[in-house]
Amino acid sequence: MGHTSVLLALPIIIPLLSGALSLIYWRSRKAQRIIGVLGTTALLVLSGMLVAEVWQHGIIVMHMGGWQAPFGIVLVSDMLAASMVFMTGISAVTTAFYALGSVSKRHEHFGFYPLMHLLLAGVNGAFLTGDMFNLYVWFEVMLVASFALLILGGERAQMEGAIKYVALNLVSSAILLSAIGLLYGLTGTLNMADLGYKIGQLEDDAMISVVAMLFLVAFGIKAAAFPLFFWLPASYHTPRVAVSALFAGLLTKVGVYALFRVFTVIFPFEDTFAQSLLVWIAALTMVTGVLGAAAQFEFRRILSFHIVSQIGYMLMGLALYSPLAIAGGIYFIAHNIVAKSGLFLISGLVYRFKGSYELKELGGVYRQYPILALMFLICAFSLAGLPPLSGFFAKFLVIRAGVEAHAWWLVATALAVGFMTLYSMVKIWAEVFWKEQEVCHIKPPRKYRGGTRIMYATVIGLALLTIAMGLAMEPLFLIAQMAAEQLLNPAGYIEAVLGETGLGAREGATP
Amino acid sequence: MNNMMSLVLRTTGYFLLPLLLIFSVFLLLRGHDEPGGGFIAGLVAAAAVCLHLFFTDIAATRRLLHIDPRDLLGWGLTLATLSGIPAVFMGDPFFTSQWVEMTLPILGETKVGTPLLFDIGVYAVVVGSVLAIVLSLAEAEE
Repeated sequence: MGHTSVLLALPIIIPLLSGALSLIYWRSRKAQRIIGVLGTTALLVLSGMLVAEVWQHGIIVMHMGGWQAPFGIVLVSDMLAASMVFMTGISAVTTAFYALGSVSKRHEHFGFYPLMHLLLAGVNGAFLTGDMFNLYVWFEVMLVASFALLILGGERAQMEGAIKYVALNLVSSAILLSAIGLLYGLTGTLNMADLGYKIGQLEDDAMISVVAMLFLVAFGIKAAAFPLFFWLPASYHTPRVAVSALFAGLLTKVGVYALFRVFTVIFPFEDTFAQSLLVWIAALTMVTGVLGAAAQFEFRRILSFHIVSQIGYMLMGLALYSPLAIAGGIYFIAHNIVAKSGLFLISGLVYRFKGSYELKELGGVYRQYPILALMFLICAFSLAGLPPLSGFFAKFLVIRAGVEAHAWWLVATALAVGFMTLYSMVKIWAEVFWKEQEVCHIKPPRKYRGGTRIMYATVIGLALLTIAMGLAMEPLFLIAQMAAEQLLNPAGYIEAVLGETGLGAREGATP
Repeated sequence: MNNMMSLVLRTTGYFLLPLLLIFSVFLLLRGHDEPGGGFIAGLVAAAAVCLHLFFTDIAATRRLLHIDPRDLLGWGLTLATLSGIPAVFMGDPFFTSQWVEMTLPILGETKVGTPLLFDIGVYAVVVGSVLAIVLSLAEAEE
């Protein structure tokens, strides 16, 4: 009743409030760190409660300010949104803890913590909103925060990466905004549920496909899908590692989430042109990403290209458009957030010890830091899809769905890309961890002042999580399945938001 | 720099500054049902302080403010976010406006509510962010 709707707003309010508080305490490093840890932990706990609530009671809706849908702005949480918010919580907590050890005084002074909280608020807002224009606004909040985080420190390479990042993202925002404008002209509403209902009754098929294609392009850019993914490998290796890991875990996933949402609730795209196009996009994203990674010899650049190729698997789940495929895609997103953040954080530790990200300058980490090497193996094998880690089940689900849909060449591509991923991971393993380091002419950037232990702890935590997600496959799959069923049955979503228009008021009456 | 100051600007500036600030408060308070509100009022107030910066110098403007613009930013954002929360205790969804009617000695029948808190928060955020930018640009120039 009353408290469930509060639960829905808190994942946005808490980061906003923590961000505001750390702005108040901008003079005090210590206070900002405490707020960072407490705020993100609270976010994780509450998002866990949100998942539990949705699991028990189905879709939760809150009418902001008591204005009823479709006129007011609603927050809606189905299983997909709730689990994405939960994964954001995990990513937030690991980043906040890792930042304790890794973010320098100078970066903290430039506002690392307020920006981090703002980014989290934007990400959660995008997951939870039930309104198209509001989604755009949250994307912008996220973009503003991420732009500032990207150039934090103001190094030359960062500026170069940031220009590409901002330019392409602004283009995509412009396309998104035009698509929203056209959609409003077409239907007279921007509420997602209302849109889903009205689009179904429209006759103007040509116009609908135009708008759908615009959304595909706009969110495709934000998700770093083929062909407009260049901004990602150009920029993700430039900021601090804690920032890279946060970006790698969350930003592109919001684009993928938006694709999942728009192409199920608003434009159910079974047997449309957009679907057949997305199949191609998914395959090409996988292939180009992994080939790009094969050509790279810098730790974080390899990982960045792999983000792109992994996005392909998630899109493959959406493109196949069966309950199993979508559940697989959702599970894949969750798996990827954990494994990819873990790998980025490990690259940061290697940099701390060895002072470089270049594969040929590195070496001998296995001999000196065996635990770190073990953690890398776990995360890397998970990414490549070896059992019993989470990546295996993620790929298994998506590929199994491909087999059931008789999409043979897509299955073949996914398998081949899996092998190529393994190749890349083995390349990093051999160069960074296994081979003897040549005469060391580079020094670690500075004598580090403690904090290494807490960085280790977060990396170990993520590695254990990816093992646990593999072992606890069954319950996680049930959650993903529930999310997929809700997505493929938009009538339920529409009814939850619009059906009983008195819902918000009734909830209010009995707190 | 000071010797370049126009006497006219300086004299009118001291008259305009309080007027502009009062005007910004007026805009802030009439905002909810009529044109106005925290954003535009904040811009007017920030413009007034910028005017002060034109005819004095940075140190004087900082003294005038008493408070660092960045603090204003933080407090404003906190206030605006918190203004959504009372609704929860009344059993309404987030950000539902809560109004209290009271009779004040001079103003008579007055409605005070959470939207006003939100507007004040926005006001502080706008003043804080504009001045933080302007002051740091001015400092970079010196």
